[in-house]
Amino acid sequence: MSTHEIVPAASLIPADAPFPKAAKVALGMPQLRKNLAHATGTIRAKRANVAGELDDWEALRDAAAAIKADVQHRLPELAIEFERNAIAAGAQVHWARDAKEANEIAARIVRDAGAEEVVKVKSMATQEIELNEHFEAVGLKAYETDLAELIVQLAEDKPSHILVPAIHYNRTQIRDIFDQKMGDAPTGLTDEPAALAEAARLHLRRRFLSAKVAVSGANFAVAETGSLVVVESEGNGRMCLTMPETLISIVGIEKLLPSFADLEVFMQLLPRSSTGERMNPYTSVWTGAREGDGPKDVHVILLDNGRTGVLADEVGRQALSCIRCSACLNVCPVYERTGGHAYGHVYPGPIGAILAPQLEPGRHDDLPYASSLCGACYEVCPVKIDIPEVLVHLRQRGPHQAGEQAAMGAARAVMARPALWRAALRAARFGSMPWRRKGFLRRLPWPGSRWTVSRDLPLPPKEDFRDWWKERQR
Amino acid sequence: MPRVALFITCVNDALFPETPKAVVRILERLGYDVDFPAAQTCCGQMHANSGYKKDAETLASSFEAVFGDYDAIVTPSGSCAAMTRDQYPHLTGSDIGRRVHELSEFLIDVAGVEDVGARFPHTVTYHPTCHGTRALGLGDKPLRLLRAVQDIDLVDLPAADQCCGFGGTFALKNSEVSSAMLADKCRHASSTGAEYLAAADNSCLTHIGGGISRLERTAGSASVAGRRGPRPIHYAEILASAA
Repeated sequence: MSTHEIVPAASLIPADAPFPKAAKVALGMPQLRKNLAHATGTIRAKRANVAGELDDWEALRDAAAAIKADVQHRLPELAIEFERNAIAAGAQVHWARDAKEANEIAARIVRDAGAEEVVKVKSMATQEIELNEHFEAVGLKAYETDLAELIVQLAEDKPSHILVPAIHYNRTQIRDIFDQKMGDAPTGLTDEPAALAEAARLHLRRRFLSAKVAVSGANFAVAETGSLVVVESEGNGRMCLTMPETLISIVGIEKLLPSFADLEVFMQLLPRSSTGERMNPYTSVWTGAREGDGPKDVHVILLDNGRTGVLADEVGRQALSCIRCSACLNVCPVYERTGGHAYGHVYPGPIGAILAPQLEPGRHDDLPYASSLCGACYEVCPVKIDIPEVLVHLRQRGPHQAGEQAAMGAARAVMARPALWRAALRAARFGSMPWRRKGFLRRLPWPGSRWTVSRDLPLPPKEDFRDWWKERQR
Repeated sequence: MPRVALFITCVNDALFPETPKAVVRILERLGYDVDFPAAQTCCGQMHANSGYKKDAETLASSFEAVFGDYDAIVTPSGSCAAMTRDQYPHLTGSDIGRRVHELSEFLIDVAGVEDVGARFPHTVTYHPTCHGTRALGLGDKPLRLLRAVQDIDLVDLPAADQCCGFGGTFALKNSEVSSAMLADKCRHASSTGAEYLAAADNSCLTHIGGGISRLERTAGSASVAGRRGPRPIHYAEILASAA
């Protein structure tokens, strides 16, 4: 079977470019668009089916939103309660203000354990703080064990989706990546999903058996018990969480839940919203360390990294309710066409568009505009984050471009005075008369060219509604 | 006769007089006394959704001043109605949006009619616009009204719930992504073979219609499966057509 050279998608899409520019590059990649449309379309349909099965789906969403709002209202006290209970159960708890602190703490623990490499459970928090890159820089090696994360890591690419980081690759491309980059891929590897999974399984098994240290995130952190929860599909997480002697879990402080019973709500919402399954195959819950049962050194790094800043914004803070299911990505018409790399942030899609500019104030100001405000994201969000509301809220922060600001100000000035508005309508009617014969405007100068690049524009009518109304009143 | 105010919206004021005329005809046919407050301009949605809160507040206050005295305000736009209902409370604290009804809401929920006595012997496909469907929760109200039209042939629009890519200033700021969304919407609309594409918002119809017109012009009819694409039409104009 012939193989093609692997070109990491992220290397083609400029990560620091403004969204419209990066998106344009992504739109010009037909294979990427095909892969995305197929994958998001499939998950979208699965989600809709299993969410539709539950009579109390809306009540579950309300409950989840209420629990998360409660957590946000008393985050400090819950974080301390979690710490107390986790320590009592034998865990060590560390606090990290930012990515740098979290990475340094994690690297120190790895060294103290006498290790130079770690196996990893799929974790967005560690992607966010670029743990792998930091480890690489200080001479440690982090091996991803989630199948899709493994694909991305082997391809030297970046994740393009929260749940399915390799969503931009099809199985033939994945075969090529394994063949060229895995080192121990079986000869004659086909692109059958079962064959690809088996190749990854054999490759990873060796790592699981030799790893001394594992790094994970957590889907939930239960304050009442000091427990952490990881929800996964492949069982690689279970291997990482039970086999090595040392376990480091890096957990965003917004992952806290008050009580164990709260999991009832989220365990119904998360699998259905993310993979479109009624239940996920593996759910691991662990509380501290226990002699003879799993890792003996259990560390939890509680990560802020901008979260308390988000918490301070009354409208924006609902972004902290996110449980990283990625349902919003899968229904987003923008994400479906551009993929994740164009967003230039580890959290892409609608949730990324409200999270990235809040976690890193002053950056990603273009992302709140990467939405038509169609509202499909809000409709599927299992924790009812009103993403369109937050998008509009963030747009108010600006900065607004000077020309646009002037145009908006002028439009408002005209619209706020009925006489001026009527005069403007009349002027537009007379001004467009030379083109009336064609019926449509087909080419406008910038910035109108942004419209006429793909659409004709109708002209004002000869007689407007006001003329008609006046005539009728007579 | 019960009196209702008509909010025609700035887009119809500037470009599409036939739509508000249709609303007047439907309401009068049902026995309502329609008032058109001439001082009306724009609900402020463009400013609000683009992040110009102060400007939007000014326009929301103007809207309140013009329409404040009416018990019922009818508008042929799902997104403008949603603007007054969802955003005004945050902008000016005004709850006037509760008295603003998108046409199908008014006809079904207030007037209590589904058959408005129209006849339209054409094939029509319906695009549920995003703000009408999701922000306002119109559900199938416009479709119920269309189904009651005599001799109409309604055909399903594939992937109907997908946004057409308009999104106000989104169409300019993210022109390429918007155009990609539009291309899919035009393809789906043309695949129905319908003569008309109906919707509850002329802004979205300007976008889709502009796309279809451009496709026909640049690629000939070949790009749309050997036929003309559907003509954009506000569903009010179908309901106003006389039996």
